[in-house]
Amino acid sequence: MERGDSERIEITVSSRFENIELVQVIAEHLCENAGVDEDGSHWIGMAVREAVANAIKHGNKLDVRKKVHATFELQDLDLEITVSDEGEGFDPEKVSDPLNPQNLMKTSGRGIFYMKTFMDEVHYSFRTGGGTSLVMTKNLSKGSGIASTKA
Amino acid sequence: MKATNRTVDGVEIIALQGKITIGSGDTQLREVIAEAVNTGKTNILLDLSGVTTIDSSGIGELVGSYTTVTNRGGKLKLLHLPAKLNELLHVTQLITVFEVYESEADAIASLKPTA
Repeated sequence: MERGDSERIEITVSSRFENIELVQVIAEHLCENAGVDEDGSHWIGMAVREAVANAIKHGNKLDVRKKVHATFELQDLDLEITVSDEGEGFDPEKVSDPLNPQNLMKTSGRGIFYMKTFMDEVHYSFRTGGGTSLVMTKNLSKGSGIASTKA
Repeated sequence: MKATNRTVDGVEIIALQGKITIGSGDTQLREVIAEAVNTGKTNILLDLSGVTTIDSSGIGELVGSYTTVTNRGGKLKLLHLPAKLNELLHVTQLITVFEVYESEADAIASLKPTA
């Protein structure tokens, strides 16, 4: 990818778990095409997987009539991914910390943590009348995204 | 996800292959573990070398499996962790919960019921 290059991809899927991988694969291919190595592309793909899974399960509550919309915008090496659902939203402040010893053995609650680990920034916005948008950014010139290797 | 069971020295070795992800392998893993403990097999070694993809739901099911087995007085240990699964357990500090082996013989020796 050369300076000044840009790419924008949009996809809308119904709220079925089998559609998660479809969106994940787009993210991975976009990253690989931008020169990101296999591991880095994998971790970004996993962040997308978690975002879409949350949108389907917690946002749209598995209602197949409700859609999940994903947008990938790549400008130079700055990637911005937006995943939106048609659900009722949630309070991000109430999401528990999976690293808290009290939560370590919980069977859920790690999706957002993984997104924050693999991406540079993760933000939520909530639309009046319903719908949550998750925006994740990543500068692709940085490392693979796993916390232990982050600078 | 595909699960293949065999028993060695009283240890139930369950080899998992494929994806452990939301809506597919996660519930299968729960069923495989439930079936094992319900038939009295509570010393379990999960061979994860064939796992190609895992997500937070799959990680959650591994945690749930550990709890299910330990609550029945048994032990659940992991064998042959793929690199990416290893990373996911590290960043969530779950690596401190699971005993992980690279040698099947060593894992079996640690789980083998004593006479």
